[in-house]
Amino acid sequence: MTVLVDTNTRVVVQGITGHQGTVHTNQMKAFGTHVVAGVTPGKGGSKVEGVPVFDSVTEAVAATGANVSVIFVPAPFAKDAFFEAADAGIPLAVVVTEHIPFHDMLTMYYYGRLRGVRIIGPNCPGIAAPGKAKAGIIPNVVFRPGRVGVISRSGTLTYEIVNGIKESGLGQSTCIGLGGDPVVGTSFVDALPLFEQDPDTDLLVLVGEIGGTAEEEAADYIRHRFTKPVVAYIAGRSAPPGKRMGHAGAIIARGRGTAASKLSALKDAGATVADFPYDVPTLVAERLREVGNR
Amino acid sequence: MVKLAEWRGKELFRRYGIPVPNGRVVRSAAEADEVVRSGAIALPLVVKAQVLAGGRGKGGAVKFATTPDELRSVVTGMLGMPFKDETVKEVLLEPKVPVGRELYLSIALDRSAREPLLIASGQGGVEIESLADDQLVRIDVHPFAGLTLYEKRRVSIAFGLAPSVSKELGGVLDSLWKAFQDEDAELVEINPLAVVDGHLVALDAKVIIEDDAGFRHPEYAEIRDDRTPLEEIAREKEIAFVQLDGDIGVIANGAGLTMATLDVLAQFGGKPGVFLDLGGTDDPVKVTDAFLLMAKAHPSVVFLNIFGGVTRCDTVAKGLVAAMTQVPDSDRFPLVARIRGNNEDLGRQILQSAGITALSDLKASVQAAIAAEQPRTARRAAV
Repeated sequence: MTVLVDTNTRVVVQGITGHQGTVHTNQMKAFGTHVVAGVTPGKGGSKVEGVPVFDSVTEAVAATGANVSVIFVPAPFAKDAFFEAADAGIPLAVVVTEHIPFHDMLTMYYYGRLRGVRIIGPNCPGIAAPGKAKAGIIPNVVFRPGRVGVISRSGTLTYEIVNGIKESGLGQSTCIGLGGDPVVGTSFVDALPLFEQDPDTDLLVLVGEIGGTAEEEAADYIRHRFTKPVVAYIAGRSAPPGKRMGHAGAIIARGRGTAASKLSALKDAGATVADFPYDVPTLVAERLREVGNR
Repeated sequence: MVKLAEWRGKELFRRYGIPVPNGRVVRSAAEADEVVRSGAIALPLVVKAQVLAGGRGKGGAVKFATTPDELRSVVTGMLGMPFKDETVKEVLLEPKVPVGRELYLSIALDRSAREPLLIASGQGGVEIESLADDQLVRIDVHPFAGLTLYEKRRVSIAFGLAPSVSKELGGVLDSLWKAFQDEDAELVEINPLAVVDGHLVALDAKVIIEDDAGFRHPEYAEIRDDRTPLEEIAREKEIAFVQLDGDIGVIANGAGLTMATLDVLAQFGGKPGVFLDLGGTDDPVKVTDAFLLMAKAHPSVVFLNIFGGVTRCDTVAKGLVAAMTQVPDSDRFPLVARIRGNNEDLGRQILQSAGITALSDLKASVQAAIAAEQPRTARRAAV
């Protein structure tokens, strides 16, 4: 068992004929993922990187048994692409596309809930389980199979930290880049139970950023319901206060969302907090030793 | 995001059926004169500077005029006046009205609830942050159901309005919700929504439109309120540009990595000036664009931190070396680069043989960048 993707994962790439879609189809295959289909309306019958292309997701699912969609479709059409995947019965959609209006994402999120579809993203690096499968765009070189789980709101910072874990000699069970948009399909709190239940994960690394309250909510979950050790890093402690979204924005955040608030919430919840990205691997090794000695 | 000036917000409200005063925007005292002489609006008037920052009332950016002479002098004094980071370029003239109660309404996104949040208060006209929880009504609005009858009733009851005004409030709430959705707004705010002669009127308008919805709203592309030329170039190239107090230029890809880089810089005493975030990309064209943009900001040193995904590091390095040759001699600056990812060893070799400091360790490269800083004054003198 693993988190969200494994050797039974069969990926359909929506927007496979675009530059990104093609490049990452190649990379997902190189990772060992079963990329079974691509979808680009009007390009059905062709092949990209040896993967058959269909005109619709329904056809792709019928012909190949695809069960995860990775969406690269440009923002103006991404909502529709997601509806298509959901209606075709795909239970998991990784939306890589950036710049999707949050009003569209709200509709996608609740439509997904109606249809029983989990969304990772949008504007996200996706999921990778080394040795098993990858549904997304995280560079293959940063991974090595292991027992450290990673969840993150960032993109390249995730690569940096996952790579650091690899260079320290450890490896990862599953890494999920949730995306940093205002509305995400899967938040820290949504993802934490998956790692709690995953027998392949011994420890979780949580990578957060200033802004929003997702880290504070994660801390609350960790304190009450997460039993595995957590090492956390929050980017942006030196950043000047960002521009607020009018007065109403300040009310919504209620004084939370700063680095200080996130760090203290995570510490109080029993997480080990790294001051800098390069401190993460050492702290991971220390916490793993403690667990091993117990 | 596109913040609309008050008059644009009110124009939008009017289109959606929210009552607003009969106003005119003017850009000179002569235009103001003409508004009164033509009978478009009668004195006495309220004169409101069209700036985006709040606190206009206390900051002398809202004034009254009862005679033509007073109007001329108020408008003349206000135009060109600095207000916080802005300069007043236009003022809004509206009839002065007898204001009764002042209410507050806004709709914005509640990220953690993943729902739009309606905030209402019977104590409008003040900064909403200053109000206690029990003075606010907060309603999460499900995007599929919209603002329901019972939710609108809740607001109406909380306000304790006369039945005729309550009915108007229902209309205002419907219009506000529709504007929030149809205009792809991040925020629609009316503060105050005033009772004037027994009717509701929006006396102010704050509207923020989401950038990402630009493909549906080309009309907002024209609005460029107060951006510096460098910010404008960055925007066109889709590079996030932020100006801070220090002198060190930082180029990184991705918001999280950029912030982490700034954190490490700060830890070792570096003071970041301009920082550019390329987004999640490692596109060599964009790296070069950012580099040339950075040169215009005259940094004391540039620290470049790229974690490559798709593009190989040697490709990015070659692009960088080529970009260096495009920087005019007068704008030269020391460069420390850290590029991680595929083929990073080769990338480092290419940079080093072009005389650029290239390292792989984050801590060491940040320290190298700080050590390489050239005081801007000294360098300018040398040029």
